Amino acid sequence: VGEKGSHIDLSKMEEVKLFGTCLSPYSYRVIWALKLKGIPYEYIEEDLSNKSPSLLQYNPVHKKIPVFVHGGKPICESLVILEYIEETWPENPLLPSDPHDKAIARFWAKFVDDKGPIIWTMVRTTGEEQEKAKKDTLEMLRTIEEHALVEKKFFCGERIGITDFAFIGVAYWLEAIEDILGLKLLEEDSFPRLHAWIKHFKQEPIIRENLPNREELFAFLKRRREKLLASPLSLTAG
Amino acid sequence: CWISGQALLGSSRIIFSVLIKNLRERDLQTVRQMEDNVVLLDFWPSSFGMRVRIALAEKGIKYESHEENLLDKSPLLVEMNPVHKLIPVLIHNGKPICESLIILQYIDEVWHDKSPLLPSDPCKRSQARFWADYIDKKIYSIGKRVMMGKGEEQEVAKKELIECLKTLEGELGDKLYFGGETIGLVDVALVPFYTWFYSYETCGNFSIEAECPKLVAWAKRCMERETISKSLPDPHKIYSFVLQLKQKLGK
Repeated sequence: VGEKGSHIDLSKMEEVKLFGTCLSPYSYRVIWALKLKGIPYEYIEEDLSNKSPSLLQYNPVHKKIPVFVHGGKPICESLVILEYIEETWPENPLLPSDPHDKAIARFWAKFVDDKGPIIWTMVRTTGEEQEKAKKDTLEMLRTIEEHALVEKKFFCGERIGITDFAFIGVAYWLEAIEDILGLKLLEEDSFPRLHAWIKHFKQEPIIRENLPNREELFAFLKRRREKLLASPLSLTAG
Repeated sequence: CWISGQALLGSSRIIFSVLIKNLRERDLQTVRQMEDNVVLLDFWPSSFGMRVRIALAEKGIKYESHEENLLDKSPLLVEMNPVHKLIPVLIHNGKPICESLIILQYIDEVWHDKSPLLPSDPCKRSQARFWADYIDKKIYSIGKRVMMGKGEEQEVAKKELIECLKTLEGELGDKLYFGGETIGLVDVALVPFYTWFYSYETCGNFSIEAECPKLVAWAKRCMERETISKSLPDPHKIYSFVLQLKQKLGK
């Protein structure tokens, strides 16, 4: 093992695997973190209708993706995974170093995690239920517009970070959802800061080069909506 | 209440400035720590508020507690947590931190020299965060359904609660605490719900200790620590509060 320093380097070099699904925003959060930090990894695509024994072994509690495995040890829940990646590979930081700024970044990441899934409710409902989901989505967007992005390029400041990754999962997927439902919720006039932020994240090479194909996502969401309206199953994963 | 609170803070600052001028250099270090102004916006039966009380006690941090009336929220609460308008809110030198688990991690990072809540190993830290997140996702909402629900709905909620507590019992294993030899993030996140067990049991007519004896033994072990026992209200007081709430909601 040798000196403490070289032991940490060795452990960083241990095999990294990511179990995910190609159209899940939660998988992408982890992919962006790994790409930004230049961490090589093996990606395993899961079929959620037929979960692999590995997935069930690594995440017996939730049985969900993404699951991150480093040197054989699994870590589950995307925000927990992101914090682990940040602590193990501190280069190209995804969180501010100041404890208060870090707390703000975590606050907004949690906010997105708690409120974000409402966009999927719009996909799997109709009528009054869907109208409520639209209203809740607008309220979430308004809160972020008014409180989270004041005078900042990204959620954590000048650099893209964990909170942006969490929210890209809402913004990009929301664009596809708006397409299939024939809606426009994220209007530029009503949400100028959000629109500026969307422009910035789409210019980041790591994000631009690692987003799901729009047509594929559109087709997937359209199929899921048709299937879900026929039976009440949840769309979310991870 | 807010205005007099602000005046009190203002005059405290003046007093501190006078003290500093009259103290010798080696006393300045102590005074600077005293200058750390820590305020907790809290509500006595809140499990989430209890978590922060425990963490502050474990770290020996002196703070001012403001009891909030959640039916008539103070301007300070609305200013410090405009997004959710919920407690707990920790205000450190005027800057607010919201969400109890985020507050715990903030406290651990700022006051890192005493009683660490998280281990240093990233893998063990991620395990602690995973289980704290699990507790957050499950216990409060299922517990609420046990207390407020009736008939089949209540039976389903009881079964889910026992399942969760058994899962947590499995994670505890043979350890003294979830944190190992000493309490950690998961212990602090979970033990406040122990004060609510009596309410869950009485409303649901079942015994948590009968189903999860190891977990209750762990909770009792935690309660032997003054930092925890002094931070948690009497379970019977919690139950009176629950009965009042049920009456108000017509349940």
